[in-house]
Amino acid sequence: MSPGATIQLNYKLQRESFALDVNIEVPTQGITAVFGPSGAGKTTLLRCIAGLEKSAGGTSRSVQERNIGYVFQEPRLFDHLSVRANIEYGQKRRSNNGGPDFDHVIELLGLQNFLSRSPSELSGGEAQRVAIARALMSSPKFVLMDEPLASLDQARRDEILPFLDRLHVESQVPIIYVSHNIDEVCRLCDHLVVIESGRVVADGELQDVLVRMDIPALGGDQSGSVIEGIAREHDAGDDLTRLAFSGGDLWVPGRAAEEGSSLRLRIRASDVSLCRSMPEQSTILNILPAVVEAIQPGNGPSMLVRLKLGDDRIVARVTRRSIRELGLQVSDQVFAQIKSVAVRSFCIPRNAVNYL
Amino acid sequence: MPGRSYAPTATRCVTDMDLLWQPLLLSIQLAGVTTIVLIFVATPIAWWLSQTDSSWKPLVQTTVALPIVLPPTVIGFYILIVLGPAGALGGWWVELTGSALTFSFTGLVIASCIYSLPFAVQPLTAAFESLGKQKLEAAWTLGASRMDAFFSVAVPLSIRGYLGAVVLSFAHTLGEFGVVLMVGGNIPGETRVVSIAIYDQVESLNYAAAHQLSALLLVVAFIALFAMFFVNRRWQR
Repeated sequence: MSPGATIQLNYKLQRESFALDVNIEVPTQGITAVFGPSGAGKTTLLRCIAGLEKSAGGTSRSVQERNIGYVFQEPRLFDHLSVRANIEYGQKRRSNNGGPDFDHVIELLGLQNFLSRSPSELSGGEAQRVAIARALMSSPKFVLMDEPLASLDQARRDEILPFLDRLHVESQVPIIYVSHNIDEVCRLCDHLVVIESGRVVADGELQDVLVRMDIPALGGDQSGSVIEGIAREHDAGDDLTRLAFSGGDLWVPGRAAEEGSSLRLRIRASDVSLCRSMPEQSTILNILPAVVEAIQPGNGPSMLVRLKLGDDRIVARVTRRSIRELGLQVSDQVFAQIKSVAVRSFCIPRNAVNYL
Repeated sequence: MPGRSYAPTATRCVTDMDLLWQPLLLSIQLAGVTTIVLIFVATPIAWWLSQTDSSWKPLVQTTVALPIVLPPTVIGFYILIVLGPAGALGGWWVELTGSALTFSFTGLVIASCIYSLPFAVQPLTAAFESLGKQKLEAAWTLGASRMDAFFSVAVPLSIRGYLGAVVLSFAHTLGEFGVVLMVGGNIPGETRVVSIAIYDQVESLNYAAAHQLSALLLVVAFIALFAMFFVNRRWQR
């Protein structure tokens, strides 16, 4: 599918205490996150797309005809079949020719040694990887993932996330990924749809939506931004990696990526502070010139400040008092201090960078 | 107590064996055929009951469960009326085949199916209900039609329900008496099953034969139930 192509999603659903009304276009390339608080209707939206929920709008085609790969919150493996037979279940029922190669999908999800096992012998993370392989092998037109990590503990999530990173790189089909974990969204997704009480409140490219400050779901502790750059060098002595992006250079912890490869950074608003003048003798390594683009009240005594650094934007969360004492206004020149150890970095696929 | 002959003749021997084995084989045959028919009849009923929200559900549940509560004579009486040559089904059968359903093996199978229906439907319904929708939805999204998903996912995952349904239907049919007596009577080789034969022997004060038949039935029933519980335990995870 060509870049820029979109799929139209138009669903209306009326329940006793809940109404879903969604009309959006989803890019056919990359991963689209559907983000929102519990009860916002994320799962219901996915079920409407899959045809598991009777809804007004959309098509009247049956679940089977829609040819969608669905990864549920729980793996939902067939216990009477081996791992291999589970993965082949969808493959045998493909409605189109072609589709991904069995060995390739097995390799992608690291399942080589599990094929003859029974689902009951798998850990939660392994079972979810099998569920993903099973969905991919049915050769779907697009893949829906409903919080596939929600039922796993942190250790299991960390175990499965690298496989999702690889899927992000290699997947030829668009993926819609439901989550209420903003870190997961920032790591895996390219586009972001925010829904609240069954309605879309924001939708667009990940970086653009994150720095909008008018979305309650993205406020509070969740507020932050994502920037992307290229790893330039690794300082082995201090174990830091220098990343070049449009706003300058940033030091991030550890050997975040091979030199020359793309890196995505998640910068929480609370890890960014502001100075009028270039601070001297600060413990903060990353001090970059920035321009104030917008100032808006945040939670409690805090204010959110959107900054422009080169072509990128980040959000800072500071107290109302600081804003007043510094006399900060829109278009002011400031210095943004970003705490290195707080930055989370994720290696990201090259083709996604090109596309973004 | 009448003494038994200590030097039975050859003919007497054969008759003894016939008296012993013929009713047992007939009982097993009846229970086997009934069980096979019931699995096919009970599966759609149990599936419907497990999936439906229809207001007809309680009515169907009640009808299916009635044989548990009613005395076999009541069921047998109504079946006799319906299957008899003057009854709706019985009359049609006579026209079709020229012979009556009552006092025949076929008639007994029909009666046994009605009598043992709850013992097939209830374990299956419980198994289908505990299956939930989740795995079926997964199968549908993988391209399986509803029928395909039923046979490739629902049935294999409900295998313990099927085991329960098979053993209970079989054992229950093996032990039926009242319905058989009402519908089938006591025709050797045709409708004279073990339970009837035992009654017969006791009536004629032939306790030795009654003992043998009773012990055989006890052993068969024990083995059937034991096999079910044993396999069930092994399938438990």
